[in-house]
Amino acid sequence: MNTPSNLKYAKTDEWVKLDGSIATIGVSDYAQDQLSDIVFIEFNRETDDKVSKGDALATIESVKAAGDVNSPVSGKVLEVNEGLSDIPETINDDPYEKGWLYKIEVSDPSEMDELMDAAAYEKYCEGRH
Amino acid sequence: MTEPTVYELSSPGRVGIEYAHLDVPPSELPDAFMREELPLPELSELDVVRHFTHLSQLNYSIDGGFYPLGSCTMKYNPRINEVTARMPGFLKVHPLQPIETVQGSLVVMYLLQETLKEITGFSAITLQPAAGAHGELVGSLIMRAYHRSRGDMKRTKVLVPDSAHGTNPATSSMAGFTPVNVPSDARGNVDIEKLRELCDDTLAGLMLTNPNTLGLFDEHVLEVIDIVHQAGGLVYGDGANLNALLGVTRPGDLGFDIMHINLHKTFSTPHGGGGPGSGPVAVAAHLADFLPDPVVGILEEATDELPPLYGFVHPPQSIGRIKSFHGHFGIIVRALTYIMMQGPEGLRAVAEHAVLNANYLMELLKQDYTLPYDRDCMHEFVLEGVWPDAEGVHALDVAKRLMDYGMHPPTNYFPLIVNEALMIEPTETESKQTLDVFVDAMKKIAKEAHEQPELLHEAPHNTPIGRLDEVKAAKDLVLCCWRPEE
Amino acid sequence: MFIPHTDVERQEMLKIIGKKDLSELFNVIPEEFRFPDLDIPHALSEMEAQQQFSNLAGANNACDEMTCFLGAGAYNHYVPAAVDFLLHRGDFFTAYTPYQPEISQGTLQAIFEFQSLIANLTGMEIANASHYDGATAAAEACISAYHHFRGKRPKLVLSPNLNPQYLETIHTYFGMLDESKLVVPEDQMAFSDPNKLADLIDSETALVLVQYPDFLGNIYDLTAITTKAHEQGALVAVSVNPIALGLLKPPADFGVDFVVGEGQPLGIPMSFGGPYLGFFATRKELVRKISGRIVGETVDGTGKRGYVLTLTAREQHIRRDKATSNICTNQGLMTLAATIYMSLLGKSGMREVAELCYHKAHYAAQQIAELKGYKLVTQQPFFNEFVIECPKNVSVINQHMLEHGLIGGFDLEKVNPKLKNQMLIAVTEMNSREEIDLLLDLLEEALHD
Repeated sequence: MNTPSNLKYAKTDEWVKLDGSIATIGVSDYAQDQLSDIVFIEFNRETDDKVSKGDALATIESVKAAGDVNSPVSGKVLEVNEGLSDIPETINDDPYEKGWLYKIEVSDPSEMDELMDAAAYEKYCEGRH
Repeated sequence: MTEPTVYELSSPGRVGIEYAHLDVPPSELPDAFMREELPLPELSELDVVRHFTHLSQLNYSIDGGFYPLGSCTMKYNPRINEVTARMPGFLKVHPLQPIETVQGSLVVMYLLQETLKEITGFSAITLQPAAGAHGELVGSLIMRAYHRSRGDMKRTKVLVPDSAHGTNPATSSMAGFTPVNVPSDARGNVDIEKLRELCDDTLAGLMLTNPNTLGLFDEHVLEVIDIVHQAGGLVYGDGANLNALLGVTRPGDLGFDIMHINLHKTFSTPHGGGGPGSGPVAVAAHLADFLPDPVVGILEEATDELPPLYGFVHPPQSIGRIKSFHGHFGIIVRALTYIMMQGPEGLRAVAEHAVLNANYLMELLKQDYTLPYDRDCMHEFVLEGVWPDAEGVHALDVAKRLMDYGMHPPTNYFPLIVNEALMIEPTETESKQTLDVFVDAMKKIAKEAHEQPELLHEAPHNTPIGRLDEVKAAKDLVLCCWRPEE
Repeated sequence: MFIPHTDVERQEMLKIIGKKDLSELFNVIPEEFRFPDLDIPHALSEMEAQQQFSNLAGANNACDEMTCFLGAGAYNHYVPAAVDFLLHRGDFFTAYTPYQPEISQGTLQAIFEFQSLIANLTGMEIANASHYDGATAAAEACISAYHHFRGKRPKLVLSPNLNPQYLETIHTYFGMLDESKLVVPEDQMAFSDPNKLADLIDSETALVLVQYPDFLGNIYDLTAITTKAHEQGALVAVSVNPIALGLLKPPADFGVDFVVGEGQPLGIPMSFGGPYLGFFATRKELVRKISGRIVGETVDGTGKRGYVLTLTAREQHIRRDKATSNICTNQGLMTLAATIYMSLLGKSGMREVAELCYHKAHYAAQQIAELKGYKLVTQQPFFNEFVIECPKNVSVINQHMLEHGLIGGFDLEKVNPKLKNQMLIAVTEMNSREEIDLLLDLLEEALHD
């Protein structure tokens, strides 16, 4: 399981990378592995939409499962990686780089403190099986 | 060999059936509404008969062999059912005919209503629901209507054990409730302490499958029901597993308030490659007024000269109509035929032998497979299809390998609370010989899993087609074999 | 009979599981509720059962000995012999849902062909593997549209000329969704042009649902209403009679989003109301918004073509409480009947049946219009159902006809008191000219009765 140490993680398996006030959001390697072959992604939010922490941002579907992506932070959507709609398997191949989902301008940076660091997330995942 | 599709078999100008010539003067056709293309295949009758015969030969079925698909009750489908349901007097009846002309059909429905009430211990019943899931929806709507009729609007929570069928939480959501998970205890029962914690004044009810999907009868069922009732909730019984209880106990007597019954499981009506099912819903007296509209009743009592007049009655606080007409009548005829041929002793024997067969298999297989809940089972049981010392072998591989031995696999990956589950339900109609052949195959597979795991990974080897690429299917989405513009 | 165990085998099995007798298997069941005496009749032999059911079937007046002009949602069509002979194959009817594709290709390919035939008949891009019946398929279209907009468009506009049982079913289904709002214009039951619904469509509207031909038999062009709905961002669903589509423009030509309907006319006996078949077709981009099973084409490891259940992530066994419908098992064998029927009739047969229905119905309508005291109410183009106004109560006329072996049309007063003395008559290929002439004679007689 790949868990880059420069990212923060949510219990619902999203990762966040904060650059200044801009958060890039995706799903973790653990999550894509659990879902297995991803065949479809539906984005629920558009650029300029306001989101609150916990909102459902997207639904990811594999042949055997479906999972919601919940926003780990609050703020405004700056960019949606819409290209994934045509090649959703990118999330399996490269969850942390090409497989990002949203860029969000964070309204409350302190929400980042509630997320796990890589070590804590790894431990959390091990405890799930 | 790949069987061509009906479009690939089509040959322009070929005709499958001809009708009698028009015997009235033709009228002008409505030009503005006429279609230009009718892109349907062109086949002869023999083309059609051969094609569908070939397709049937690609199927595994109960008629072909052992089908221990857990929670589906794949028992033998008696042929007499097919004869009675197809009697012209039943088949060629329009559902809206005047009731005086359909007394035979209404008697059949009335008799099945009465019989199912007696078997399950409930006071009232509807035969309208089209399938088990449809019955669940009706039951949930009744639950909702009951609380609302009492002005009790805050009851929005439905408890669903973690061993439940996926339909239970889906139905609760669909009916506007919030499903909440209740864990099972180490013996596979509802966790009583957790249940108590979850029971409060927002509780609408509990959906309980008993015996549950582990094949286990809840050891504290009376207490579970009592806790829910004390909190003001109703107890919904998922009747998927009623086969184990026929003549053995009546859910209505145990205190269940609502239960759906799967005629296509318990009462031998065919599964039809995925329907039609039939999911009557039985309720206790305090819920009778909420049943879907209409139910069959006696409109005029019998006199010395005349039999009673049967017809439709409308429950006063009905949740409304839930489909067209009156239910899956053809399935109702089959189920009643079956029950009438069993009688009370026969029904009890059904449950006894279904449970005997399951316990027999469980006893012989638990030496080779992990049995996570080791106590007497009812009509089915769940094994793990995985071994610590057979790396890379999964329940799916066991299932696929079983096909090579000429048998249908058990249900796998369900219930979710068992790791790599193999859920086995033999039913009462299978003989000791068949069960012994199955045990033998399962034991061989367990051995292969350790010694020649590739045999399992590559299975099945002897089927009309190998493992299929499900990712491709979901990505390419070819859902239709021919469209005019292609 | 259906339990094969001999005494010896039973004893051997009990010994292996360590039980003395069968009753010991049930010690877990609370004793006071164990082994109740069931008060049901004693077992019949197969021969007795057959006789008893034969008597019950004989107590009906079925349409094999009666003449039937009743429709209103179920129709008396001819079912070719090959259909039921093929359904009788145990490999079809004693199999279950094709969970294991390697040994279920027969069922899977048949469903795939069903999807293809329905898509081509309706003109839509895709179809699912069925719903319970026409009413529930219509209700599921409403639910799909409602969830498509995530509840943000709470309003559903329903044509008053929908089959009243469909309307009732939709009301029951939507009773669960407190935030939703069903709008059915009242007072318009009689012959409402669907274009009159246009004023009701706004930015809150998720779906407009109409019927084609409508419950009273009328055919309307749905282009304008569809355009209007789309302008407002709403979806349009149409409930159709599949036999009519052998002749009529497919609803896809109007630009609609969902086509649903009752599949009973496609080779399924009337059987007092069921089991029937709901079909559901849509555009490809909406495929993930619909419920019900769907089969897709793929290949195995050697590249051989095969079929699997696909898009299962929409369904209840995966989504559990997030699924928008709980449907699983549906009408497997009925889809097979419809697939065989459509394959057998094919291009020419479907057209022929539709034309026979059309011409016979129009002949009957014209003749009735000539009868003294009767009036043809239907003014719009129609397919095989039309409305007449009778000189007296429909139930009185029907009673008279029944006494002469004829089941009359549907009494519209039962669903709308304003439609007093109005009868909805259905004519199919099963009705010969002699039968139509008998209808005319009896209608005339009833006048003087």
